[in-house]
Amino acid sequence: MSEKYIARSSQIAARMLGGEMMVMSAVDSTFFTLNQVATAIWQAADGRTPLSEIVARNVCNEFDVDLQIASRDAEQFVDELSQHGILMVSDRPFDISADPVEAA
Amino acid sequence: MSLMREMNERALGLGVPLNVHLDVTYRCNERCVHCYLDHDDHGEMTTAEIKDVLQQLAESGTFFLTLSGGEVLMRRDFFEILEYARQLKFNVRIKTNGVMIRESEARRMRDLGVQQVQISIYSRRPEIHDAITKLPGSLKRSVAAVRFLKSQGLKVAIANVLMTVNMGEHAGVQALAKELGVIYNLDPTITPKIDGDTSILNLRIPGSELNAVFHNKNLVGDVEEFCAPPPSPDEDVMEGYPCSAGHTAGYISPYGDVFPCVQFPLPSGNVRRQKFIDIWRNSPELNEVRSIRAKDLPVCSTCSHVGTCSRCPGLAYMEGNMRGPSSADCEKSFQRTGILSANMLRKAHASVHGPLIQIQPLAV
Repeated sequence: MSEKYIARSSQIAARMLGGEMMVMSAVDSTFFTLNQVATAIWQAADGRTPLSEIVARNVCNEFDVDLQIASRDAEQFVDELSQHGILMVSDRPFDISADPVEAA
Repeated sequence: MSLMREMNERALGLGVPLNVHLDVTYRCNERCVHCYLDHDDHGEMTTAEIKDVLQQLAESGTFFLTLSGGEVLMRRDFFEILEYARQLKFNVRIKTNGVMIRESEARRMRDLGVQQVQISIYSRRPEIHDAITKLPGSLKRSVAAVRFLKSQGLKVAIANVLMTVNMGEHAGVQALAKELGVIYNLDPTITPKIDGDTSILNLRIPGSELNAVFHNKNLVGDVEEFCAPPPSPDEDVMEGYPCSAGHTAGYISPYGDVFPCVQFPLPSGNVRRQKFIDIWRNSPELNEVRSIRAKDLPVCSTCSHVGTCSRCPGLAYMEGNMRGPSSADCEKSFQRTGILSANMLRKAHASVHGPLIQIQPLAV
């Protein structure tokens, strides 16, 4: 299976509240809250790190989850957020510079 | 419970200022007859100061940021401020008259991921709208702005403040909003000027008109439900707080002054002298606002409307007591339901049972 790269859309608002990430799309006003695991994936979605590496490093290591289960859940999460334009998905790294003042 | 409500409850529990309204300037290119602001510049925050405040708000957990004024585009650095706010991932709403928005400004707002732009329209007839704004041609330019913003795919809302001078115009503005494919918000609230001057309150629509508005299904939807008598207040209502001002919502003026809300001018600190989060957490004024529960309101706690009234603590404060009634909201509750508020009954009682004999010392 080919590698996936994920990047946060610029058309979203996001903020951490009580350990969960709130995310809202400026395009369709869809509002999500992400649990701790999803937040970890979200925060690592820099467009350059492969999803498999994010799952292994930021999910399995941090939350003691089985790799196979974590990978399946991460795929579902990425699919859902990409359908709402909140995450962008590609089979190659994105050409994006780091946010200079990211605070979310 | 909706997800948004759940987040609000969580923010309340954590003491997070989830919603902040930041006026970046009080300067304006319109001179609306009902405006509560002084449009001179008394020393606005610089670009760097505003960016610092935005950084502090992001660190404090603010998610919803309203950028307003005055007219936001009177600041030449407005897009620099907006871009910085979006880099900090705020959900940004902009309130503007739209007069200075053309295609390029609309495109930039779209590219920056603005959530919603609200534009004030008072009538679809230029002779009425422009007489209110005192800017000839303003209706044409504001409507053009709505079109530019819509064509970029932005969510737009028309705010229609209703007052004596445009009382019969709301149906026309609502139809205009429908034609333009944008949200329509009607607001019959006129507030005293920020310096306490109440002269503009004579622009408030009379009770009979308020009654007509509240019983207009095109404006309120289900009239029977909207105008239903208030249910008996339970313990949750009496232990509840009047509104989000000072709890999960705050306001910052162009001069850095912090208030519980744009309609609640209780000075609570200044971000030029203190960190925002220190003001938010430790200001005696904000803590006093936060301490008030419905049961603590001497008149309103005895009122049948206590659980459903739109009582604004800021308007009550401007009437002289933040724990007191807000007469404008008493009138709204009455016109909506036909049931007098406790404050109205008290006033009626006082006028009937005034002193029968007045004794004055004889002038010698």
